[in-house]
Amino acid sequence: MERVLLDEKAMERIITRITHEILEKSQGSKDLSLIGIRTRGIFLARRIREKIREIEGRDMPLGILDITMYRDDIAKQKAALAVKKTDIPFDVNNKIIVLVDDVLYTGRTTRAAIDAIMDLGRPNKIQLAVLVDRGSRELPIQPDYTGVLYGAATEEEVSVRLREMDGKDEVLLSKSP
Amino acid sequence: MNWSRKDLLGVRELSKEEILLLLDTADSFRDISRRDIKKVPTLRGKTVIMLFYEPSTRTRVSFEIAAKRLSADTISISTSTSSAVKGETLKDTGRNLESMRPDAIVIRHNMAGAPYIISRILNSSVVNAGDGAHEHPTQALLDLFTMREKKETLDGLKIAIIGDIAHSRVARSNIFALRKFDTEVTCCGPPTMLPPYLEELGVKVAYRLEEAVADKDVIMMLRIQKERGGTSFIPSIKEYSSLYCLKEAHLEKARSDVIIMHPGPINRGVEISDQVADGPYSVILDQVENGVAVRMAVLYLLSGGET
Repeated sequence: MERVLLDEKAMERIITRITHEILEKSQGSKDLSLIGIRTRGIFLARRIREKIREIEGRDMPLGILDITMYRDDIAKQKAALAVKKTDIPFDVNNKIIVLVDDVLYTGRTTRAAIDAIMDLGRPNKIQLAVLVDRGSRELPIQPDYTGVLYGAATEEEVSVRLREMDGKDEVLLSKSP
Repeated sequence: MNWSRKDLLGVRELSKEEILLLLDTADSFRDISRRDIKKVPTLRGKTVIMLFYEPSTRTRVSFEIAAKRLSADTISISTSTSSAVKGETLKDTGRNLESMRPDAIVIRHNMAGAPYIISRILNSSVVNAGDGAHEHPTQALLDLFTMREKKETLDGLKIAIIGDIAHSRVARSNIFALRKFDTEVTCCGPPTMLPPYLEELGVKVAYRLEEAVADKDVIMMLRIQKERGGTSFIPSIKEYSSLYCLKEAHLEKARSDVIIMHPGPINRGVEISDQVADGPYSVILDQVENGVAVRMAVLYLLSGGET
């Protein structure tokens, strides 16, 4: 059983709203940088950057973060997980960094991402923007910018699809049998 | 694809896909060494033992730095300070070390097959850091990494490997690895230093240096393996260097963007001239830098699986 939590239009509106919230909170895009968490966070971060360019007329620094090396369950994997490239082409010191991810669940990915960024320097602030907050946190982590809050049950699966890699923009809910 | 091996004993048994996974993983790890904070927590709580029965500077330091940058604990043992001098066998040393619960043992030994022997009796991962004239897999992997970095792809490359091929585990591992890709490998050296099986490995043979380097993308120079009796296969070092020392003049025959590699330690004036070793085509120090990334990838991939 599948149902649509967000369709293309809803997603577009959410990304526009989050972009405005980010700009409002930090009063413009100065000192602001975006870091997308692999894989879908990268595309969401790129879209936010695109919108900031439309509004402010400037390109924000954008980085890509692979959190595999910082996972807390790395020793429990059956086989070593693929480690992809982290590419943060700017100095994180004294920046306001907005971490972008598709789904916030346990908070463990965010914890890993924060640790990874701290190893690169000392940003002024790290904020978190997510498309879907599905609740059930296992760590004390809260997003600064939330697309949609949906308290999903454990057996529910939230899958984000983005046109850049899935051909279509939508967020689906399904129950695993 | 997933990595499923417990040990890295040689490149001969690796698939092309496994080699590419190792190189891609190394690519992700390389940036860590270029940061201010050169450490990630990936192998926290793991222990890596370096068991070296042969002298080594580069390889041992490289493995040790690789393990430490992944947050693993490391212990280094060399023969002069180990119980081997008291007569303990390799298997007993291995079993005793394993009782202290290391996760990986990196071994260099003068006997071909020594890593294989202990890998069969140990649960820890075993990494071959060079065994006799047999294999030196991480060296070949870092060489391929460097070639791919400089040339973008391995396919289509023409590579000359020059020197004491018969006694060189570096040459063997490189040949095994490179032949899994669409490459042309030419080995060159005095006839006494060219092993008889080269043609079976799909490798071309040249006896003159000028001929070997012609039109090559990569020239890999090797030193004479004195510790494996290398000098008894040539009349004299002087005669060898007059025929097989790579000098600037030779490079004119190679491709204009040729890269010069050497696994080290280099013997200046014997197999490579100062001008070439320190010249613009030399990537010898890039190889050393890449070695750390490749060994991080090896230790990481072997650490997967049940613990």
